[in-house]
Amino acid sequence: MKVLLCISHVPDTTSRIRFVNNQTQFDTTDVQYIISPYDELSLTRLLEIKEANNDLDITIITVGNADVEATMRKALAIGADDAIRVDAEPVDALFVAKQIAEVARTRNFDFIMTGKESIDHTGNQVGEMVAEFLDMPSVSSAAWLEIEANKGIITREMDGGKEVVEVKFPFVVSGQKGIAKEPRIPNMRGIMNSRKKSLEVVPAVAQDTVSVISHYELPAPKGKCKMIPADNAAELVRLLHEEAKVI
Amino acid sequence: MSVLVYTENWDGRFKKSTYELVSYAKAIATELKLPLVALSIGNVSEAEFSKLELYGADKLVLVNTEKLHTFVAQAYTHTVYQVAKAENASVLLFNNNYTGRSLAPRLSVKLNAGTATGVVKLPASYAPFIVRKSIYTGKAFADVELLSAVKILTLNQNSFEIRENATGAKVEVREVEVLDKHLAAMPTKVEKASGKMNLTDAEIVISGGRGLKGPENWGMVEELADLLGAGTACSRPVADSEWRPHHEHVGQTGKVVRPNLYIAIGISGAIQHLAGVNSSKVLVAINNDPEAPFFEAADYGIVGDAFAVVPKIIDAVKAMKASH
Ligand SMILES: Cc1cc2nc3c(=O)[nH]c(=O)nc-3n(C[C@H](O)[C@H](O)[C@H](O)COP(=O)(O)OP(=O)(O)OC[C@H]3O[C@@H](n4cnc5c(N)ncnc54)[C@H](O)[C@@H]3O)c2cc1C
Ligand SMILES: Cc1cc2nc3c(=O)[nH]c(=O)nc-3n(C[C@H](O)[C@H](O)[C@H](O)COP(=O)(O)OP(=O)(O)OC[C@H]3O[C@@H](n4cnc5c(N)ncnc54)[C@H](O)[C@@H]3O)c2cc1C
Repeated sequence: MKVLLCISHVPDTTSRIRFVNNQTQFDTTDVQYIISPYDELSLTRLLEIKEANNDLDITIITVGNADVEATMRKALAIGADDAIRVDAEPVDALFVAKQIAEVARTRNFDFIMTGKESIDHTGNQVGEMVAEFLDMPSVSSAAWLEIEANKGIITREMDGGKEVVEVKFPFVVSGQKGIAKEPRIPNMRGIMNSRKKSLEVVPAVAQDTVSVISHYELPAPKGKCKMIPADNAAELVRLLHEEAKVI
Repeated sequence: MSVLVYTENWDGRFKKSTYELVSYAKAIATELKLPLVALSIGNVSEAEFSKLELYGADKLVLVNTEKLHTFVAQAYTHTVYQVAKAENASVLLFNNNYTGRSLAPRLSVKLNAGTATGVVKLPASYAPFIVRKSIYTGKAFADVELLSAVKILTLNQNSFEIRENATGAKVEVREVEVLDKHLAAMPTKVEKASGKMNLTDAEIVISGGRGLKGPENWGMVEELADLLGAGTACSRPVADSEWRPHHEHVGQTGKVVRPNLYIAIGISGAIQHLAGVNSSKVLVAINNDPEAPFFEAADYGIVGDAFAVVPKIIDAVKAMKASH
């Protein structure tokens, strides 16, 4: 079986978010990049499935310029089999999804997996867009995934509720928290092996640009925290009621 | 042309976030001088649906086909698409929740439309069409210009006030085409959340961290939550240690909540935790360490032992309730 896993290359969760050039560009100074956490968890689950049934080829794909290759190599070191990079700036989600769909169209994967959302632009949209481009069923926010001969069995979790979906190949699934317990860390052998794995670079296909970010902004700085003495907790309740008017 | 708003129902009922969305959509429709069409799919009574006329819907389109009583992304997308075409919709609006985030991207492909997910206010301008959305899990905003003829937005909860604007519109039941191939991902089992408050809908959230020491100490958190009609949440290590269920985990890798009030008890305020809660209107931190980073993000703070402070808060809330 073959799966295409979409990997988004994002600033580390502890990165300070700042913008430059008159607030039109993300400031990459001192920013470390990582595999977006939900993609990393999804990769972990796919590796567990691969190890259990010994029949799953995991191809990863990233739309980005050459900078993203370090992140892709890390996914190969963790255990993905090969990689495809679509050589283009990810200008918007529709563009990214179109690229992934075009690669998938010509290479027959049994299913496609994405993370629930990237932690940078947090659009939560690329997976569904890929599915629509390919006219495939989709299951988003999967908290568990099993793969059988010709289908996936997926548990979705939303706000404490649960749904189980059985869907035949091909389909698109997006993974969220729960899909695997802890992300895997590459070991020395994985890192050595990853250098020998294929990382193919393909050109982008045309897609209209339908959105452009004109300006970024940070939230307004908070006023100072009003401290209330511990022995006068009733004062907090009064302030929340009379001043903040939230209770 | 028209503005089309998709109004999701939960067991045949609408929520506060639906009314917020319809009010928001009406404001856009008014600005564009277009009629507002509300679409509901599924098992909704005409009486319930007709309530949306109160918030400004000029037309109420109900699709109540049996096959669409359970949400399946492809089939619902095809339905919204047919109605959007019939109504010649130029702006489509959804709540930024599970269904909205399934439908909006798919329709974006079908209509070659620019999409902004997680918008937080009305467009800053309409020509060009520029709207603000939340990015980096609430750590920043981006102003996105949508360049396409059709535009799609998903609205964050608690970002827009409900406005009444009665139109007297009547419900119109409509038939649509449903293709069997679009029902391939139909759930075989659906388990509803048990009676408990849905965390992302809660106006008040009481949250506990590792400072509470163990699951046996959540009694006071639940008591305070019950008193205030609040939802309960927790930090990631608390969910990871299985002190609390996973769906209570908030933060960068959990749920993002935007209540009016978030009270953090024994939570240090790590950047990944704050990412999921810092869009709350008012943040309160209770922590015995005066250096805890949460105090930098909070509006109100108490430095003290949670086991002494929280019971006092509970007493004060009870006293407040008794005097009203
Ligand atoms: C330099 C730069 C400039 C940008 N300018 C704009 C702009 O002008 N307008 C605009 O709308 N957006 C812009 N973006 C955002 C960018 O287009 C986003 O990466 C894109 O919208 C997808 O991110 P998302 O958060 O919507 O993904 P989500 O839909 O949240 O991601 C879900 C999943 O899709 C997959 N995925 C996401 N991105 C990729 C990728 N690149 N390659 C492979 N898989 C992926 C992952 O599995 C991920 O978990 C810019 C980004 C960069 C880096
Ligand atoms: C990639 C990544 C993603 C992450 N995502 C998330 C996420 O989504 N959500 C999340 O929450 N975390 C997340 N984390 C973890 C995060 O970095 C912190 O480790 C975590 O939030 C800490 O949880 P805590 O505040 O409960 O525990 P701690 O940091 O241990 O803090 C406990 C606090 O309780 C206080 N305390 C102790 N005793 C008392 C008492 N008697 N009374 C009052 N206060 C007391 C202490 O002073 C301390 O401040 C993530 C980390 C990474 C690396």
